[in-house]
Amino acid sequence: MNPVLRFLFFGVLARFVALIVLGLNVRHRERLPRQGPALIVANHNSHLDTIVLMTLFPLRLLPRLRPVAAADYFLRGRLRSWFSTRVMGILPVARHPAPSQGDPLAEISAFLAGGGLVILFPEGTRGAGETLCEFKSGVAHLARRHPDVPVVPVYLHGLGKALPKGETLLVPFFCDVFVGPALRWAGEKQRFMDELGGQMRQLSEEGHFAPWA
Amino acid sequence: MPSINGGPTVAAAMGAILGLLACATVAAVAARRLWPLRFPAEIGPRLTGWWIMIAGLFAALALSRTAAIWLFAFVSYLALKEFLSLIPTRRADRHVLFWAYLSIPIQYFLIQVDWYGMFVLFIPVYMFLLLPMRMISIGETQGFLRAVGTTHWGLMTMVFCLSHVCYLLVLGGEAMMLFLILITQANDIAQYVWGKSFGTTKVLPTVSPNKTWVGLVGGVATTAVLGLLIGPRLTPMTPLESLGIGLALGFFGFCGDATMAALKRDLGIKDFSAAIPGHGGMVDRVNSLIFTAPLFTHYIRYYYT
Repeated sequence: MNPVLRFLFFGVLARFVALIVLGLNVRHRERLPRQGPALIVANHNSHLDTIVLMTLFPLRLLPRLRPVAAADYFLRGRLRSWFSTRVMGILPVARHPAPSQGDPLAEISAFLAGGGLVILFPEGTRGAGETLCEFKSGVAHLARRHPDVPVVPVYLHGLGKALPKGETLLVPFFCDVFVGPALRWAGEKQRFMDELGGQMRQLSEEGHFAPWA
Repeated sequence: MPSINGGPTVAAAMGAILGLLACATVAAVAARRLWPLRFPAEIGPRLTGWWIMIAGLFAALALSRTAAIWLFAFVSYLALKEFLSLIPTRRADRHVLFWAYLSIPIQYFLIQVDWYGMFVLFIPVYMFLLLPMRMISIGETQGFLRAVGTTHWGLMTMVFCLSHVCYLLVLGGEAMMLFLILITQANDIAQYVWGKSFGTTKVLPTVSPNKTWVGLVGGVATTAVLGLLIGPRLTPMTPLESLGIGLALGFFGFCGDATMAALKRDLGIKDFSAAIPGHGGMVDRVNSLIFTAPLFTHYIRYYYT
């Protein structure tokens, strides 16, 4: 990671896009963790999701704030790979790990153990846009390994309208960011996933969203 | 002493506005100390919002007319963005909405170069034709009329009508612009205060529960008197004319407020956004100005230029 480029990108450009070009309506901001370790879990509709989530935290936390991203997409191509690792500071994860590759979550686990804040999109893909998809269970494995780490659900709306998958033109819309209360490992995988899924659905019902079809 | 753009009259008007706001702030702080339990919680953030907006406007006006024009372009951008974020839109129309946003810099550029003919035609005629042209090239016909109609309504209100505030600045100068903004915002406050204090019978019960006959008549009368007092100082209008314009602007301001209230009812929302502390969204603040700005600007243009 290049700390100067990261500071400029997230301190200036990302904040300009999130606060001036788009405009965020953040509910329950006080529920965001003020220090690591923490796991921030959000639904995923747009590349802007990561950028917006990163700007919700103060710049002093930036060195300890990293998003998890698919290795097969973000490490492909020299420029994209350079930007993903140096500026975004991604924690790459294999979406379809081969058993021979060892523990796919090892790097994320180590970063959490060192007090890091990890941003994770358990839907695994940006999907068709503005629809809530089922969460994959990688998040439960992380929560089980780190039972003391708070898991903070965040529901995002509008970013999939502003920059959906497959589009390169950003069209400004006000976006909603609803932060839920922190969860912890519930002792059993299915129970944890149900709790997390229930939290996300509840957050998604808090808002009044304009129809978009 | 540094001179203010627009001369001593404008400097005095700005000073008076800042003085009034300072008095209101001192009164609010005192009231909160004296009656902490009965003090309405929304007053504090609302005053903060006024300070931010007035500081922004005065700073831009002090800098240059260009700065003020582009500040209002940003206000139009926020207002249009609120509108387009809240109404139903079609996924297929993303590029059409991008064109709608692009009309903002063009409209305010036309004002800056003082090209009245194109300023007054660009959105009502050419954007009106361009939006459906862009839409048919995408080819989605389901919901076509609603999409093209709502998008253009947004451009007419949030960009075209609002931009008249800046055309007035180019046409008549800082003093006239301040007169329009002061009268419009004072009218909002007067209607609110009269309505809150003495209002009972609703004017438009299905549109807004907050608008009463006492609020409307008391507000418009207060605005007319204020017009009579400051019109002859800030504009070339006679006292009688200022009184009449005060009445008309008071009524138009009420209609702008009520129109956006009807829109909010239709959309099922309370505020357009949370962009300004204590005021809700940008549209919640400029809703009356959308109706008063064209009226006053055209009046001045026809009778005084």
